[in-house]
Amino acid sequence: MTINPDLQGRSYPAAEVYDVGREKIREFSRAVKATHPAHFDVEAAKALGHTDLVAPPTFAIIVAQRADAQLIEDPEAGIDFSRVVHADQRFTHHRPIFAGDQLVAELHVDSVRAMGGGAMITTRSEIFALGAGESREPVTTTTSSILVRGEGQ
Amino acid sequence: MSLSIHELSPGQEIGSRSIEVTRTDLVKYAGASGDFNPIHWNEAFATSVELPGVIAHGMFTMGSAVQLVTDWAGDPAAVVDFQTRFTKPVLVTDTTGTAEPGATIEVSGIIGKLDAEANTARIDLTVVFAGQKVLMKAQAVVALS
Repeated sequence: MTINPDLQGRSYPAAEVYDVGREKIREFSRAVKATHPAHFDVEAAKALGHTDLVAPPTFAIIVAQRADAQLIEDPEAGIDFSRVVHADQRFTHHRPIFAGDQLVAELHVDSVRAMGGGAMITTRSEIFALGAGESREPVTTTTSSILVRGEGQ
Repeated sequence: MSLSIHELSPGQEIGSRSIEVTRTDLVKYAGASGDFNPIHWNEAFATSVELPGVIAHGMFTMGSAVQLVTDWAGDPAAVVDFQTRFTKPVLVTDTTGTAEPGATIEVSGIIGKLDAEANTARIDLTVVFAGQKVLMKAQAVVALS
């Protein structure tokens, strides 16, 4: 299977809304072995000046990988998920993610480069929190590169 | 804890820790994150795609390594930027039914750079498994008070 080079420059608009729940923040925090009280105890988060539980720095990967799934599952993309290796990842937080946020992600395919028999694909998710009316507040920009290994790689 | 840029200097150590990982941890991370790629929990599948065995999610390693920074900063919201490259897999052996970890990841951090204008500190993390660096350019930017 070969990667479609026309993917570069493609965007996928914000689809489903992700509701950030307290228990999800607690579950994800335990899963990355985080112990900071601001992830678990609402009063501890408020004592630091936050409105609710604070998500760990990599929590946005949940939302970003849901957005990435639109690309990976796109039959036009030609990506074999079992041959995908995560090459790099970045999170730039415009503000922290809190319990109660309603997040949406716009996915952009920034680059597609052939590598051996495979390809390196760099995507960017612009994650926003829904506000009153039609307003959207920038929350996090994630960028991610995946290497789709060719046969024998 | 509140950190002032005037009390910090590049090269200063922020601490270190060991993270023990089991296959159960990978299943928990798969569930919590929604990343169910079987290379992170199924030995037969992992070896069928030419991996040496079950490997940790890169995002598990990245997400657990940053706790050193979060705890140093005193507030997880202070981590405003965090990036890494994944260079080597963390192979997690099956120790189910024993008290042994399947892998141990060593994390340490130093202050890489201070930015007085932005009032931030860049923490450079060294993340090692089996004597090799598994993350490269693992950098977290912390907003100082």
